[in-house]
Amino acid sequence: MSSRDAILQRLRHRSGGELTAPECDFSVLDRPEWTTAEKLDMFEQTIESVHGEVHRTTESGWIDRLAEILQSRGAQSLLIAKDHEIGQALQSATKGREDLPHLLIYDEPVESWQETLFSEVDAGITSTRGGIAETGSLILWPSVDEPRLMSLVPPIHIAVLKASELYTTFHQAMQSQGWATGMPTNALLISGPSKTADIEQTLAYGVHGPKELIVLVIE
Amino acid sequence: MVDPIKVYPAKPSKVYFYGTCLVDMFYPDAGMAGIQLLEREGIEVIYPEDQTCCGQPAYTSGYHDEARAVAKAQLGLFPEDWPIVVPSGSCGGMMRKHYPALFKDTADDVKAAEIAGRIWELTDFLVNVCHIKLDDLGEPTTVAMHTSCSARREMGVAEVGPKLLGQLKNVNLVEQVRAEECCGFGGTFAIRHPEISGAMVSEKVDTLVDTGAKEFVTTDCGCLMNIDGYAEKNHKPVTGQHILSFLWERTNGDGGKRS
Amino acid sequence: MSETAQHSAHHIDVKEFHPRARAAIHNPQIRQNFRKAMDGLMTKRKSAFEGWDLETLRDLGANIRLRALANLPDLLEQLEQKLTENGITVHWATDGDEACEIVRDICLARNAKSVIKGKSMVSEEMELNHYLEEQGIEALESDLGEYIVQLADETPSHIIMPAIHKNTEEISQLLHDKTGTDLSHDVEYLTANARLQLREKFMNADVGVSGVNFAVAETGTLCLVENEGNGRMTTTVPPCHIAVTGIEKVVPNLEDVTALLALLTRSATGQHITTYFNMISGPRKADELDGPEEVHVVLVDNGRSTIYQDDELLDTLRCIRCGACMNHCPVYTRVGGHAYGTTYPGPIGAILMPHMVGLDEGRHLPTASSLCGACGEVCPVKIPIPDLLVRLRQESVDGDTVHPAKVAGHGAKRSTVEAMIWKGWSWMHARPGIYRLGTALGARFRKLQPGKIGGWTQYRTAPKLAAKTLHERMKERSQ
Repeated sequence: MSSRDAILQRLRHRSGGELTAPECDFSVLDRPEWTTAEKLDMFEQTIESVHGEVHRTTESGWIDRLAEILQSRGAQSLLIAKDHEIGQALQSATKGREDLPHLLIYDEPVESWQETLFSEVDAGITSTRGGIAETGSLILWPSVDEPRLMSLVPPIHIAVLKASELYTTFHQAMQSQGWATGMPTNALLISGPSKTADIEQTLAYGVHGPKELIVLVIE
Repeated sequence: MVDPIKVYPAKPSKVYFYGTCLVDMFYPDAGMAGIQLLEREGIEVIYPEDQTCCGQPAYTSGYHDEARAVAKAQLGLFPEDWPIVVPSGSCGGMMRKHYPALFKDTADDVKAAEIAGRIWELTDFLVNVCHIKLDDLGEPTTVAMHTSCSARREMGVAEVGPKLLGQLKNVNLVEQVRAEECCGFGGTFAIRHPEISGAMVSEKVDTLVDTGAKEFVTTDCGCLMNIDGYAEKNHKPVTGQHILSFLWERTNGDGGKRS
Repeated sequence: MSETAQHSAHHIDVKEFHPRARAAIHNPQIRQNFRKAMDGLMTKRKSAFEGWDLETLRDLGANIRLRALANLPDLLEQLEQKLTENGITVHWATDGDEACEIVRDICLARNAKSVIKGKSMVSEEMELNHYLEEQGIEALESDLGEYIVQLADETPSHIIMPAIHKNTEEISQLLHDKTGTDLSHDVEYLTANARLQLREKFMNADVGVSGVNFAVAETGTLCLVENEGNGRMTTTVPPCHIAVTGIEKVVPNLEDVTALLALLTRSATGQHITTYFNMISGPRKADELDGPEEVHVVLVDNGRSTIYQDDELLDTLRCIRCGACMNHCPVYTRVGGHAYGTTYPGPIGAILMPHMVGLDEGRHLPTASSLCGACGEVCPVKIPIPDLLVRLRQESVDGDTVHPAKVAGHGAKRSTVEAMIWKGWSWMHARPGIYRLGTALGARFRKLQPGKIGGWTQYRTAPKLAAKTLHERMKERSQ
């Protein structure tokens, strides 16, 4: 008998009494319906408590703000998506302005340029599928156009979040977006920059992932 | 852990008093104090002569046959429907929470469950059933309190002791750090793992001493024996008393320190 | 350097709990490191749940886990089906050895020479690193704590914070000795150095091995909770990802993870959420630019289906591995994780490990508790840990003829002398007349009471028998 069948058989023919499945009431996770402004305040407060940075901006002003942020950090290069509206907006913006760093487009399989990605890219910018106010989390579903490593390998990760796409809780976000009907190959919540407290409970940022997480909130 | 629903009975005219073996042999004053406090509330106290031990030491050591034999000898001691009050969270927890498990699948299961439902920790009973009002006759003093783990977690009476002490106008109650941490008694644990238990009680005594209080009170004789014994052997400036003895001494006109 | 540092995983004798515990108790550095860490963790947990209806949330957590366990075989089949549909290869292992062989075979098929690992307690159960090294495959831990522990040739002393037994100075010295990092107390500097060293390893690793926090049956999703990003690296950068998980980690619905995640991170480290919550539902698709080409899941039994047989012991499998029971355990705080000599230390280890190593090996584990109940009080899924400790104590001495013992190795702790003592104790206490006579005699001759009582009087004065028992005083009163 295969190990699979042996294990399943032992589980199916257990010697104890019949097991009953209790009801699960998720209402303890419910929160009052917050306004967008309240959600944004809560999001900002929570993500900043874990070293994330929030900049409130607008549809027309976010590129300027991004340029300032990157300049203040001396970033030489920014990794962008090829087809996503954020990437496209940046590509057209760089024509005619000097204050944006060199744009790198993630359009090749990682194997062909891994060394560069790991050692030479200063920042990466991605979109989000929304945010979660209660925990200060960003929802990312990396895609063909916005691959997984964009938000992981460069020391600075900039995420663009629409204030209108803030949810109060993780539960609410998942239910509203109908995640259970189909998940992408990779989905994640990001709540702050990479961190560790493995050395005597002392917090240090950027241990493996980005040292900085900067959220541009489009209001 | 804690019973989610605790339905206190109306104040009865009689109760059974289950003294526990440690009170019987080592701290009978605490037992007498408990009885006198109940009587002062107008309750007749019935002390079943044939009581011995709840069976807990053998139970927690894994010797359930032996524990059951002893516990079975207690089941017949409470024939009437009166509440059974116990001056110990630990023995109370054994009878209230563990008797049903111990007697499961035996002929005594119904009886054990019935008795378990009538068990009350004595300070809880004084506060929430008798609604006792204490008149402090003692000199001003500062005390710390150690609530036993079973009183706190099995019987859910962590707020009761401080409530009682709070009624004493001349008593200043101070709280030690990590008040909710175990003192290291744990019954046979203290014998099986003397070093670990010793490390726990030494830290417990240090935190009590750090409060500046010269005396502490506790709900359980096991903790008392452990903490007080450590303080005595190591010449630490703190001594302990069962909370019932303390309450009775301070509120009883004859034995009280004022008269 | 700690006492326990000299042991590597494979020389630890679980039975030798006492000498290790004694050594830890007398090691001020160990005592101080754990006390400080546990105090911090307890405070953080408390504040993380402020404003929550914690009891109701814990009820939900318990119910989600109970519901999953009630349907365990069906859920595992559903999980297998969904994972397979998603392009993930599913393997089953009855024990740690078989799980190791499965990982080895995947590595061999890919001609893999190096494995990078994310944190996984199941891989610790399997002793996977050691096994792979024997097969000539390098296995390197990437979680900073695990990395430190691996450099020191130790095992984790805590399931969430593996290197919690070491202070900065000890870690600095270790990193200096093993990797050439400059001696420094600057945690940022030490961390940055580890980042540099491990980035190289991530790029060159052939296979990434991770654990799993929750496996969702309805969507075929593997969830991973982490702060460092090494979990993301491990599961994204190498061309092949192997996830190892205990069979009990499955939950029916995606919705379930929202509640369990809320409980897990708050209970573990007092965080509202960890930095990363990964949900992996498949390998890289043809047009995707990164991610592993292959994803495998190894479903590991290793004693779990045996625990599953018993209605009471089954509750052990609710565990979501938050470590809160350790953080709040006064015994764990005093002796640290290595004293237990087991993969899982502390209260959860004491109720889980006897099933993995047998009660003959693990006979002391259930006694390493004062039954204070703090573990059960904080458990996010309400495992009645103290009750299970008592159950295993009963099993270890074959102490109950009504509920006979059944755990492998049961009865190993029964000694004739101790059994005789309890028989005598029981005989006396079940006979009220004898008891009264005995205790009255004790009171009468209390001056003859021995001044020394084993381990008790090593630290305390002997308890003093009263001049008259309560029984005697009540008798006099009634006359």
